[in-house]
Amino acid sequence: MARSTPERRRKLRIKAGFSVYYAIFLIFVYGPMFAMFTLSFQGPRGGVTFPMRGFSVFWWEKLAGPSAVGDIKSSLGRSLLLAITVMIITAILSTMLAMAFRKKFRGSGALFYAVMAGLMVPGVLLSLGLASLMRQIGIPPAWWYSGLGVHVVWTLPFGFLVMMAVFNRFDARLEEAARDMGADEWTVFKEITLPLITPGIVAAGLFGFTLSYDEFARTTLLSGAQNTLPLDINAAMTQRVQPTIFALGTASTIFSLAMIGLFIVIYTILYRRSR
Amino acid sequence: MTTVETYSKLTHEPPQRGLIGSAPVVRPDEEVKRKYRRDPGFPVPVLIAPATAWLIIFLFLPLISIFIFSFWKSTGHGMVPAFTFDHYREFFATEGFFNPDNANFLTPSVFLRTLWTTFRFTITVMAICLLLAYPLAYFLSMQVEDFKWQLALFLLAMVPFWTSYLIRAVAWLPMLGRHGLINEFLLDIGAIDEPVSFFLYSEFSYTMALVQLYVVLAVGPIFFSLAKIDRNLLEAARDMGATPFQIFREIIFPLSLPGIAIGMIFVFVMLMGEFATAVVVYGGKTSTTGTVILNYYAIANYPFAAVNAFMLMLAMMIGVVVILRLVDIRKEL
Repeated sequence: MARSTPERRRKLRIKAGFSVYYAIFLIFVYGPMFAMFTLSFQGPRGGVTFPMRGFSVFWWEKLAGPSAVGDIKSSLGRSLLLAITVMIITAILSTMLAMAFRKKFRGSGALFYAVMAGLMVPGVLLSLGLASLMRQIGIPPAWWYSGLGVHVVWTLPFGFLVMMAVFNRFDARLEEAARDMGADEWTVFKEITLPLITPGIVAAGLFGFTLSYDEFARTTLLSGAQNTLPLDINAAMTQRVQPTIFALGTASTIFSLAMIGLFIVIYTILYRRSR
Repeated sequence: MTTVETYSKLTHEPPQRGLIGSAPVVRPDEEVKRKYRRDPGFPVPVLIAPATAWLIIFLFLPLISIFIFSFWKSTGHGMVPAFTFDHYREFFATEGFFNPDNANFLTPSVFLRTLWTTFRFTITVMAICLLLAYPLAYFLSMQVEDFKWQLALFLLAMVPFWTSYLIRAVAWLPMLGRHGLINEFLLDIGAIDEPVSFFLYSEFSYTMALVQLYVVLAVGPIFFSLAKIDRNLLEAARDMGATPFQIFREIIFPLSLPGIAIGMIFVFVMLMGEFATAVVVYGGKTSTTGTVILNYYAIANYPFAAVNAFMLMLAMMIGVVVILRLVDIRKEL
């Protein structure tokens, strides 16, 4: 242990100050969510604010019951299906894009900014533009194509940046060695590239899944007759707010956290294996 | 003139080099081509085609249609092709804008004022986000030395980004209100004597909720740019006798500017397009340009929704360009 000098003590104090700040920040970011968790167990006669009037699973039961907040079970199913589809497409497209960007090609700068534009354009603009365009052409929007389309526009830049970072650290000599030994491009990809970049693809997929699962603004005008889960949540919010929505919010948040945890576990396993 | 030179002149071939003129004729660029003839990897066009097509259909067509539709004519239940600036006039000027006798003389329209309110909230929230995010990113990148801890603490702060933002907005309800947690807390510590209604459906609570929703977006880029700083620079400055504050001002802060710019652009565009939080936390008391767009879409006045959307897009582009003018982010990308 080093001697306690004034300099060292001063540094320690600064560090402690920053740690306290970090803790306060976490309270600020997570605090409302914990209030929501707690209030979802509100007694049957309680409202959406404290104090708690008893402790019950009344609102949870109500959530599970029929016609609580729209048709939750089917909108949850749609959201999951959409999120999984977006995840797969994001993983594939961002991997292909990042592989293209390993080489110099004409228009690479423009394409880069085009991909990044997906990050910059607010969902409400995309929603409006595509919805009015489809209306004019005469195709009614539905979550599984127009919704899917704009979701991927939103998730692609995240996946792309992840895959770019992966290929930045990629040792291309491994592929060259395989080529020199006579492997064709598919074999090189399957045997060398893919196993090494799988953790990255999982991370890109995580962005695809979670961002799509929670996406609201981009789906507002584009989901057609059937709602996704965030749209149902929004509908419930604009009606009379009951603790049911806290139960729903809690369930949805726990699900999101579980998914993140699952992705991190898969990532860690694959990452260890690829070393 | 040698035979070889004459021959090359007649055939338009470059003169052959080599002792007896028998070396194979290879122009330098052809040599390069031959050496790298086998372009390794899959062909670029194949790799980029699907994503490019996707972006054209689902990103560029919608944006271009907003621009085109903003000149069309509204029929009350739809729109027809036209080239009219009526909707733009409606966006900027109220009835009697140019009439000095009218009470509305030179009064900007409610739509312009809404855009201005949206912008004002955006700037306020951006500034607060920066003030909150920077020390956090600094702490994570400079004070936490163990890489594993750094990653864990960073992820912990970033997790809310992957949860539903609508639900995080709803979660504000128990905090606000006369009997909300904030009022109760202030009563408990004796800061106030009776609950203040200040904390529900007020500008204050709206701003606070927006900060909480978007601050994590600023943390990430700032953290990455701070983490990339070469520690030897700091060491060198320390050896030359720089105080911690000087090190921060001369080295750390300038090098973190690209991260700040990216984070701020991110927060800026998200906030400008914001519309759901206003309804939940602000009770729909104010509208953002986002809500105006959706309202006009709902009453089937698509061209006017498009005008609002286009003006929003323009305001955002100006904002992004201003940020990029202030900071050169190309080094970061």
